[in-house]
Amino acid sequence: MLAFILRRALQSVGVMIAVGIISFSMFRFAGDPVNQIVSIDTPYEQRLQIRKSLGLDDPVPVQFARYFIDAAQFKFGVSYQFRQPVSALLKERMPATLELATCATVLAMVFGILMGIYSALKRDSFLAKVLQAVSLIGISLPTFLIGILLIYLFAVVLGWLPSFGRGDVVKLGWWTTGLLTVSGLKALIMPSITLGLFQMTLIMRLVRAEMLEVLRTDYIRFARARGLTTRAIHFGHALKNTLVPVITVAGLQFGSVIAFAIITETVFQWPGMGLLFVQAVQNVDIPIMAAYLLVVSLIFVTINLIVDILYTIVDPRLRATVNRPA
Amino acid sequence: MPIRQTCLAAVASIIAFALAPASAQTLRYANQGDLKSLDPYTLNESTTIAHHGQVYEGLTARDKDLSIIPGLAESWETPEPTRWRFHLRKGVKFQNGDPFTADDVVFSADRVRAKGSNFATRVPSDAKAVKIDDYTVDFVLTAPNPILNSQWDTWYIMDKKWCEENNAVAPTPAAATSPSFASLNANGTGAFTIESHQPGVKTVFKANPNWWRKPEHNLKEIIFTPISSDATRVAALLSGEIDLMEPVPIQDIARVTASPNAVVMTGPELRTIFLGMDQTRDELLFSNIKGKNPFKDARVREAFYKAIDIELIKARVMRGLSTPSALMIAPQLFKLSNEFVRPKYDAEGAKKLLAEAGYPDGFEVGMDCPNDRYVNDAAICQAVVGMLARIGVKVNLMAQPKALYFAKVFKSGNYNTSFYLLGWTPGTLDSHNVLFEIMGCRDNPASSRGDTNLGGYCNKDFDAVTDKVLQEIDPAKRDLLIKQAFEISAKDFGYIPLHQQALAWGVSKKVKLVQRADNQVLLYWATKQE
Repeated sequence: MLAFILRRALQSVGVMIAVGIISFSMFRFAGDPVNQIVSIDTPYEQRLQIRKSLGLDDPVPVQFARYFIDAAQFKFGVSYQFRQPVSALLKERMPATLELATCATVLAMVFGILMGIYSALKRDSFLAKVLQAVSLIGISLPTFLIGILLIYLFAVVLGWLPSFGRGDVVKLGWWTTGLLTVSGLKALIMPSITLGLFQMTLIMRLVRAEMLEVLRTDYIRFARARGLTTRAIHFGHALKNTLVPVITVAGLQFGSVIAFAIITETVFQWPGMGLLFVQAVQNVDIPIMAAYLLVVSLIFVTINLIVDILYTIVDPRLRATVNRPA
Repeated sequence: MPIRQTCLAAVASIIAFALAPASAQTLRYANQGDLKSLDPYTLNESTTIAHHGQVYEGLTARDKDLSIIPGLAESWETPEPTRWRFHLRKGVKFQNGDPFTADDVVFSADRVRAKGSNFATRVPSDAKAVKIDDYTVDFVLTAPNPILNSQWDTWYIMDKKWCEENNAVAPTPAAATSPSFASLNANGTGAFTIESHQPGVKTVFKANPNWWRKPEHNLKEIIFTPISSDATRVAALLSGEIDLMEPVPIQDIARVTASPNAVVMTGPELRTIFLGMDQTRDELLFSNIKGKNPFKDARVREAFYKAIDIELIKARVMRGLSTPSALMIAPQLFKLSNEFVRPKYDAEGAKKLLAEAGYPDGFEVGMDCPNDRYVNDAAICQAVVGMLARIGVKVNLMAQPKALYFAKVFKSGNYNTSFYLLGWTPGTLDSHNVLFEIMGCRDNPASSRGDTNLGGYCNKDFDAVTDKVLQEIDPAKRDLLIKQAFEISAKDFGYIPLHQQALAWGVSKKVKLVQRADNQVLLYWATKQE
C-alpha cells in the first residue's frame, strides 16, 4: 500500500513538472508584459530597463531555471500589475473560489442524485422526460451563456439577486466567507447554479443509468422475491450500489469545477482565483499565471491521489492489482 | 472677537455636520479597468490616474473644460523664460494631518523622476526644483518650455514625511521583490480618502472632511468595483446595483437608454484613431511586392486615404459615435483644427492614383490591428479591409489582443508591421507631443523622437517646425507653427487619421456628473439624489 502511494506521489510530481514546463513555454506567447506595466508613451529606454529588471532579456534556459527554482519553493514573486506578492493575492482569493466550488458541487450532488433517482424510478413520467430534456440543455449550453441568461432574468428583470460580486463577507482569521450574511448567500446562488449545472446534469445522467442497470440485477430481483418494501429495495440496496461511481466522478470533478470556475467568475465578477487568472492573462502578468497554474494542478493531482487511495479502501477487488506492480 | 468667531464657526460646523449626513450619499461605480496600484507614480494610464485624482492633487488642476486652473499652487509666473515660480496654497493638509509645504513639492519632483516611476516625463530631467521658502518653489530649466506645467494636474504631490516614515521614498517599480507601502496605502490632499483597497475586487473611498476646496459633490462614500465583463457591467447598471459605469459597449447604448433608471452620457474623446504605413523599409515585411515599398510613394498613401469612407465607418461601425478627423489631434486640443478638412472619399480617384504609381491591379499588404484596445477596433480594421478591396488592394488582416499587438508593432518588437491601426491621446494635451512622438523622424538613434512613429513617416522640414513649436512661447505664433507642421504632413499623406471615438458612460438617473473629454471619471463633481 505504501509503495503504491509513493508511486502515485512520484507520478504527481512528474505531472507538476510537466505543467510547469508547458506553462513556462506558453508565457512566451502571451505577449510582452512591459507594455502592460507601463503606459503607451513610456520612453523606449525605460522599457528596456524594465525588461532587464524583470529578467526578460536573459537566455531562455536561465529564465526557465529561475522560474523552476522559485516555483519549487512556492516563491511566486510579485504581481506585475498589482505590485503585491502573488502568494498573498492567491491566499486572499482562494476562499471565494473554494466556497463557490463547494457550493456548486453540493448543489450538483444533491439535485443531481435526486433527479437521477426520480428519472430512473419513474422513467415514463412526464417530469422525468422534462428532466431529461433540461439535462440536455445543461450539458450543451456554454457556461457563460447560462450565467448571462440568469443575470438577465433574476437581476435585471426580476431584481431578486445581485448580478455581480460576493456580497458582504465575514472574516474568520485569513478566511473570508459569504455564507454568514444574507447578501453573501444571495450572491452565491446564481454563480453556484451556473458552475454546478454541468456537474448536476452529469451526475443525474450517471445516477439514472447506473440505477437502471442495478435495478436489473439479480439481487434486486431476489430482494423483491423476499417481499421487501420497494422503498427498502430502491434506497437501501439499489441506491447504495449506484453511488460508488458517482462519488468517484464527483470527487474528480471537484478539481475541474475549481479550474473551470474561471468563466463563471468572470461573468459574475466573482473575486476568486479564476478571475485573478483571467485578468492576469489579459495583462500578461506572468507571476500570477505561473502560480495559478501550479496551484490548480496541485489541487488536481492531490484530489486524484486521494480518490485513488480511497478507491482501494472502498473496493477490495482493486487491492490485488495495487499490491502487484503493473 | 476671536471667541465669537470660534463660536460661530462651531455653530456653522455643527449645522454643516447635521445637514451633511442627511444628503450624503454612497456612489457605486464600476469600470472595465482596474485601480492597480495606489502609488501615483506607478502606471501612467487614464483609469488609474483618474482614481488617484480622487485622493491626490497636483500643483495645477484641470477644470471641467480641461483648462488649467490652480491646484495646490495658488498661482505661478515665469520671471524669466527658464524659471517658473509657484506660490503654494497655505493651510492645506494631507489626509494624515501633515501640513503641505514646499518640501513635499521638491520631494515629489525627485520621486517622480526616480527609477521605477512611469511619470518621469512629467518633470524634465534637467529641471531643478528649488525651495525658496515654505510656500514658494522655483523650477529652473535649461531651456524655455511653454508647456512645463501642462501635465502637472496628474503629477500628484506626495507627503515627504509620510513616504520617509513608511519606507516609500522610491516609487514602486514593476519588478519589485517586496510590496511597497505606497502601492497599498494612499495619503493625498484630495477630496476622498481610501478606506480599503483590495486590488481587482473592491476599493472604498470616503469623503475627506478636511478638504481645502468646498466640495461640489454630496458623497460620503464611493464603492468602486472593476467589472471586466461587458454584459455583467450593463446588467449591474440596469438592475440598479451600481450608479455609474464606464464604458458602455456601443451595441448596448440603446438598451441602457431605453431603461427606466439609467442614461448614457456620450461625448467626444480626445483619443485620435489613425492608420499608419511603413515608409521606412525598402521592402515591406508583409506584402507581395518585392524589391520596393509601395508606401514610399505618396500617391499610394493618398490612394489609401481616399479609399476610406470615414462616414460609412462612423454610421455602421461606430453607430454614429465618432467624430471623423482630418488631424492627428483632437479639435479640443488645437484651436486651428477647423482649418483642416479630410480629402473626400473617392474610390475612383484612388484607383487612378494607384495606377499612376504603377499598381493598376493593386497589391497585397498585411495589416496589424488590436482587438481589445479601442472602441470596435477590430471592426474598424475589417471595414478598412473591405474598402481597400474596392480599389484592388488585398489586405491580410491580423487582429489580436493588445498584449500581442503592441509587442509586435512597437519599437521593442522592431516595428514589425507594414500597415496598422493605433490610437493616441497626447499626454500633455498639446500638439507637440503628437508632432514629436508619433510623426517625427526616427532616424536618429540617440533621440527619442518618433519612438512611437511605427511607420517611420519622416520629413525633415516637419521636424524643424516641430522644434520651433517647442521653443515658441507666444500662444498665437505657436498655433500657427503647429498648423504649418500639420499642413506639411497632410500634404505628404504621412498618416491617415480616422476619427475621435466617443465616450460612453452609463449613469443612473439619480446621478449628475461632469464628463471630461479625457475620459477621467472624476467623482468630486458628482452628486447623487436620494
